[in-house]
Amino acid sequence: MTASSTISNLRLRLLRPATLNRLMAVGAIVAVMVVASRVPWLVAYPENWEIPLRYWVSDFMKWLINDFDLGLFTFRQFTRSIAWLLNWPLVSAQGLLATGFELEIGDSAIDLPRLSWLGVIAAVTVLAHAAGGWRLSVLVATCFGYLAVFGQWSSGMITLSSILIAVPLGAVGGLLFGILGYRSARMERGLLPVLDLMQTVPVFAYLVPVLFLFGFGPVAAMIATIIYATPPMARVTMLALKLVSTEVVEFGRMVGCSRWQMMWKILIPSAKPTLMVGVNQVIMLSLNMVIIASMIGAGGLGFDVLSALKRLRIGDGIEAGLAITLLAIALDRVSQGFTHRAQPAHKEQPKRFVARNPHLVMALAAIVLATLGALFIRGLEAFPESPRISTNEFWSGLVTWINVNFFDQLDAFKNFLLLNFLIPVKRFMLSLPWSVVVGLVALTGYRLGGWRLALAVGCYVAFMAVTGNWEKSMSSVYLCGVSVIIACLIGIPIGVVAARRERAHRVVQVCIDTLQTLPSFVYLIPVVILFRVGDFSAMIAVVAYALTPAIRYTDHGIRQVPAPLIEAATAAGCSQRQMLWKVQLPIAVPEIMLGINQTIMMALSMLVITALVGTRELGQEVYIALTKADTGRGIVAGLCVAFIAMTSDRLISAWSARRKRQLGLA
Amino acid sequence: MSTAESAGAAHRTQDATGEPAGEGVTIACRNVWKIFGEGAERVLSRANGALDDEQLREAGLIGAVRDVTFSAHQGEIFVIMGLSGSGKSTLVRCLSRLIEPTAGQVLFEGQDLLAASEKVLIEIRRHKMGMVFQHFALLPHLTVLDNVAFPLEVQGVDRGRRVPRARELIELVGLEGREDYYPRELSGGQQQRVGIARSLAVEPEIWFLDEPFSALDPLIRREMQDEFLRLQGVLHKTIVFITHDFDEAIRLADRIAIMKDGGIIQIGTPEALVLDPANEYVAEFTRDIPRAKVLSARAVMLPAVAGEQFAGEIPGETRIEQLAGRIVDCEKPLAVVDRNGGVVGQISRDSVLRVMVSADDRAP
Repeated sequence: MTASSTISNLRLRLLRPATLNRLMAVGAIVAVMVVASRVPWLVAYPENWEIPLRYWVSDFMKWLINDFDLGLFTFRQFTRSIAWLLNWPLVSAQGLLATGFELEIGDSAIDLPRLSWLGVIAAVTVLAHAAGGWRLSVLVATCFGYLAVFGQWSSGMITLSSILIAVPLGAVGGLLFGILGYRSARMERGLLPVLDLMQTVPVFAYLVPVLFLFGFGPVAAMIATIIYATPPMARVTMLALKLVSTEVVEFGRMVGCSRWQMMWKILIPSAKPTLMVGVNQVIMLSLNMVIIASMIGAGGLGFDVLSALKRLRIGDGIEAGLAITLLAIALDRVSQGFTHRAQPAHKEQPKRFVARNPHLVMALAAIVLATLGALFIRGLEAFPESPRISTNEFWSGLVTWINVNFFDQLDAFKNFLLLNFLIPVKRFMLSLPWSVVVGLVALTGYRLGGWRLALAVGCYVAFMAVTGNWEKSMSSVYLCGVSVIIACLIGIPIGVVAARRERAHRVVQVCIDTLQTLPSFVYLIPVVILFRVGDFSAMIAVVAYALTPAIRYTDHGIRQVPAPLIEAATAAGCSQRQMLWKVQLPIAVPEIMLGINQTIMMALSMLVITALVGTRELGQEVYIALTKADTGRGIVAGLCVAFIAMTSDRLISAWSARRKRQLGLA
Repeated sequence: MSTAESAGAAHRTQDATGEPAGEGVTIACRNVWKIFGEGAERVLSRANGALDDEQLREAGLIGAVRDVTFSAHQGEIFVIMGLSGSGKSTLVRCLSRLIEPTAGQVLFEGQDLLAASEKVLIEIRRHKMGMVFQHFALLPHLTVLDNVAFPLEVQGVDRGRRVPRARELIELVGLEGREDYYPRELSGGQQQRVGIARSLAVEPEIWFLDEPFSALDPLIRREMQDEFLRLQGVLHKTIVFITHDFDEAIRLADRIAIMKDGGIIQIGTPEALVLDPANEYVAEFTRDIPRAKVLSARAVMLPAVAGEQFAGEIPGETRIEQLAGRIVDCEKPLAVVDRNGGVVGQISRDSVLRVMVSADDRAP
């Protein structure tokens, strides 16, 4: 091709409407930036224009607690009585599993012992067998055995008892909200934004109000856990009920079901497999809250991890963190086992209770026998001291060894990335005028989803400036953005490999399943060991936590490329490389984008937790608010985090939906 | 129509739509419309209940069911046949008010269903209607027995009474021994047998079957059609049967209504449709139907010649297919007789042959 034809080609291309549009958009942005940089209030949001939302929220909270009177009783009395009510099941469960009971009869007090550790292990092993056969029972026995052998039993049982109470409450609450949302479209429209907020506002933000309303202690912690764990169940319920086939619903109407019969005899049983997924979510989220909840008095394993982290006793932290992880794995696999368990087959149902529920009866028998046995044999009540193992020495040694031998290398690596990547990006983000960012985001929203979306995301972003959190928000965006990019750079290639090789797929699947059951806090422990505190450590922890969805969705997206398409491409003689780049990836892109969306969500939720390792952004703001018990400050900063999340979620979902429509996949 | 001349003698008096008189109408609909879209009712009432394609498109509405009128009689198999998107499924749902019609009247045993309160409607559905679904709509968490007994459970019938009834029905559809199975353990055909048994649990006055055999393999489908005819031979229900398969319609129907674009194009007996299709669209369906299976002796016969020697007598409604074997051995024609034994015409080997070899051959 000659030079002149190349140039004319280029000119032609430049004159194409799409290109012209893009060029004009870029031109407009540059122009606005130039203009904006000369008008100071367009660059940095003026302080005296800020809306003192945080003070309003704090004042409202004060009024709620001190002055709000419901007539017969005050609001505070109302919330405290809820706490009192919830305290009963919680104390009973804790007494049963962890502390034992002290009964006062007349003058003498009788100590009733807690359930024997051996009995509990035997019982969960038997139940695990019912859920998923002997493999699962070995896994669960190992996990609970770890609690006993490593001296985590008492803490573990306190944690388990709060989970055991929180999960049914959260699941039933979510179910009821979901049913309400299913029944009326108006209710659903009202409920969805609330659920969005509940899921994106960082937990730290509402710990303070929960603390004020319900007092410090295990009950407040449990309530915070329930608030955190309920929304997905409500969402899953709505979805599951909608997924019940129209014919089944029509059948219900044709046989003249009442509303009640329709819901409880037709819809809920038909939707049960999907609903169980929601219950599993509630369990996992409750476990994720264990450490955070210990900040307002949950006790148990979470408290152990937190205090170990504070005192930099790495070994203790790792042991307790591992205990939470193993508990999470065990509960996750058992609940999944019950979900996926082959539905009942047609065998003759024996009539007697014992014969019908062999597992349940055996589990109960094991507990009772071992607990009674504990009255005579000392070692059955608490795990004997002598065989307990502590790895504290080992971990401390390892940390010292790493610090002695690898300090320079790790430090050099950290500094290199900080100086060449993190800090420049941060500077750039902070230098952007707020007005330009709001405009750009709104413009993107307009392109992807019209005026409504533009208005929504524009307001979200403007909120950060208006409430005086602009710089911290941009720091969050920077840290989150950098982490997400790195997570994608690592995760997407892994996903691609997993999608194309069966063996890799299996290995990766096991790894990410395990990673996903790790409570977010646990990621902090090794990071702190290796890199101390600061932005860099936070980034590593966020990347590690947010990696899983990038892998999972890429893998899934490529696997769901329709088989005929692959066959057609193979028949057309595509090489492996062409297959990937020309067929699989383009079709999988919408799905991968949803994965990136998830990655961003998880990164943001982790970001708040990394405040503990000394970042300077919204997470820190929320954390400080928590330590100072400043309701308004925490809530407003929390809302900023939520709005960052919702902005990216709305934009990416809109894009992905549009792309799927174009590809004819939706 | 060739049957018209012998109308008085036929066992069923038929008008132009082949509607039998003298037997009770179980369900009837008059000018039923179902239009999807904003403000459908307003647009329809402004047009005085008559909207054409043009008007619908202008208003941005979709006419799923358009001005449908028919009635199904006691003991009759009324088949509504149409291709996908013709509105047949919407129509059958309008009959039971699973879908609220936009306009019109649905009379069930003389009662206006559209005026019935929710409570009355629930009672009618509980006791008088049964429905079979294309994809079976069985409840996955219940055994076959409990699935069949479910409609009774909803009514509050106690277990002691509903279980024997359910067992009876399971036996009726030939699934004894499978009572404790779960739906997913059964084949498609078996699942639909459960669906059929369940829909009969309440002894319905009217039985809706919405493409009941469409999800089944061809061989099973045929078996189920025979089974269905056998059941109807015992039960004599009033049936509204939806299908997209013209062969199935011909096989099963007493009368067929052919739907297209939400409206009914023609209603008639299979024979009437084949002999006298209302337009090209109907003719297109009937083209490949073996005439001998559909036409009766009466449709093919010639006027009886006085003093003719007959080889035997056959009833007027005998299908050509059934008498073909007999007539092959006859030198002389057969006499076609009405119910009272009076000779109404005669049929020869030649006319039967002509029906069997020529697809285009209409009645002589």
